[in-house]
Amino acid sequence: MAKKTYLQALNEALGSEMERDERVFIIGEDVGRFGGCFGVTQGLFDRFGEARVMDTPITESVIVGAAAGAAASGLRPVAELMFVDFIGVALDQLFNQAAKMRFMFGGKAKVPMVLRMPQGAGIGAAAQHSQSLEAWFMHIPGLKVAIPATPADAKGLLVSAIRDDNPVIFLEHKLLYGLEGEVPEGEYTVPFGQANVAREGSDVTIVATSKMLHTALCAAETLEKDGIKAEVIDPRTLVPLDIETIVNSVKKTHALVLAHEAVGFAGPGAEIAAQVAEKAFDYLDAPIIRVAAPFCPVPFSPPLEQAYIPNEASIIGAVKSIR
Amino acid sequence: MSLSKEKMVAMFKTMNRIRLFETKLQEFFAAGRIPGFVHLYIGEEAVATGACASLTDTDSITSTHRGHGHLIAKGGNLKLMMAEIFGKSSGYCKGKGGSMHIADFDLGILGANGIVGGGGPLAVGAGLAAKYRKTKDVTVCFFGDGASNQGTTQEALNLASAWKLPVVFVNENNGYGISCPQCKSMAVTDIADRAAAYDMPGVVVDGNDVLAVYEAVNEAVKRARKGEGPSLIECKTYRWRGHFEGDACTYRCDEELKEWIAKDPIPRFEEKLVENGVLKADGVARIKAELAAELDEAIAFAEKSPLPEPSALLDDVYA
Repeated sequence: MAKKTYLQALNEALGSEMERDERVFIIGEDVGRFGGCFGVTQGLFDRFGEARVMDTPITESVIVGAAAGAAASGLRPVAELMFVDFIGVALDQLFNQAAKMRFMFGGKAKVPMVLRMPQGAGIGAAAQHSQSLEAWFMHIPGLKVAIPATPADAKGLLVSAIRDDNPVIFLEHKLLYGLEGEVPEGEYTVPFGQANVAREGSDVTIVATSKMLHTALCAAETLEKDGIKAEVIDPRTLVPLDIETIVNSVKKTHALVLAHEAVGFAGPGAEIAAQVAEKAFDYLDAPIIRVAAPFCPVPFSPPLEQAYIPNEASIIGAVKSIR
Repeated sequence: MSLSKEKMVAMFKTMNRIRLFETKLQEFFAAGRIPGFVHLYIGEEAVATGACASLTDTDSITSTHRGHGHLIAKGGNLKLMMAEIFGKSSGYCKGKGGSMHIADFDLGILGANGIVGGGGPLAVGAGLAAKYRKTKDVTVCFFGDGASNQGTTQEALNLASAWKLPVVFVNENNGYGISCPQCKSMAVTDIADRAAAYDMPGVVVDGNDVLAVYEAVNEAVKRARKGEGPSLIECKTYRWRGHFEGDACTYRCDEELKEWIAKDPIPRFEEKLVENGVLKADGVARIKAELAAELDEAIAFAEKSPLPEPSALLDDVYA
């Protein structure tokens, strides 16, 4: 295994899948020579040419809709929106068209498309360039939602996403692009619906996604010094959700903390909390606690932004309130 | 006239097939025999028929909420359509879609669409797929005057033109976006004028003249097949029924409707065919009898078919 960044891992997955399957192409704003807003598609334009790495105008509805139409016509597009926040202008094409075609048409359509979108706060990008919107996509039957936290998962999940016959929402955290980690060489896939137990423990289960996985692992390290052994689980895909791994962990630890950067109210943690309450209520000996963003837009000024993003102290505080 | 006699007779049949199908649905809806709601195509038959006459099974269309005419003109199976509209498990979509969501990918019918303006970006995707694969296939994007004001439609026109995609945008201008007349919803008289903004041909045709629609779309299809990019054909027409069945149509007057009924595209075409010796009066009668029998079969199929089992609810959410 070699050390690579999250961004390099994504780039490698795109390149290898384009080599492997001629139907795979990239479509989005500034994905060509420019290499993508954050650089994820760097070098692919030179390698594959403009016929397969397509720069579009600023036209999110058509980026998403053309991807859906091309996918329904037998290709396997990987579309990129510069920021997840821009999905608002393209939402109909995603949730009324791409997500529903298969069901509405009685199982005849296949829509094998990936929609890659960077999300998350922490770079001073303010309210319209910093959100974490995974809960929106989880709410639409027909979509799958992948949210990798590590370079290895970035590669393995993206390959799986491209090979999946359904529309897959692929949420990258913009502050993870530079994160280094071991990435398996060559053919590597991470199956959807299989959580990663990132750290084993017996006293409390912390379920954390995306950048919050790393915050949770730091918190677990600190908690260990205080004698609290936290088990940290990253679901990796929210749809399908590996609730079984989470429930089994709760049966062992009897306590659950959910950590994500999305707004807490009606956020992804709410669904996990509800399912654990339904499936493992008798095993819980403390309330389920959510550590999440507050119910406000993402602010601009650094002290406000830092107050917005859940941190290690908030996870430790949550764990200590029940353990 | 560049069309063969056989082709013209086939087009005449298609127009009548649509009219009969829709008239029957009007009756069924009034009798409470079909669930949900329906948007009928009566009066607009020349548009779908003329536009699809240049297409093959590997060409695609994207359709609208008022889509039955497009599906029939593209070769859709009446039995499967009728069963779907009845909500039966034998229907095109196993009862999951209904009137507004019928698709037949084997015939290039990429789906009717419940969202006004929803089809444009999908048509761009289908056109992109054809260009990517270097086929000569063309996609016709049907959209109404209402949809022409949606951003998705304008974005689709722009990208199709910028990338010279083989898409023909066929606008069915029936004068009203639900209740709102064109004069209140746009400053232009001709939607085709908007083509100039995208540097593509924009053509206005009498949408109640099937041969005029055919000629204009045929030119656009040839252009698209040659890789010369999209066109916008505006077909001026009228829906005889309301936006949906049950619409009281308080927003328009009877005189207007009567004027348009006088321009009924079906007798107009029939007269032309008889005048030119393509059809004789007894031939017309025979065609109508055949079509009535075909429709009866479709109805019998739909009536006999079972409703879906509730256990099928979760099927086909994912591939």
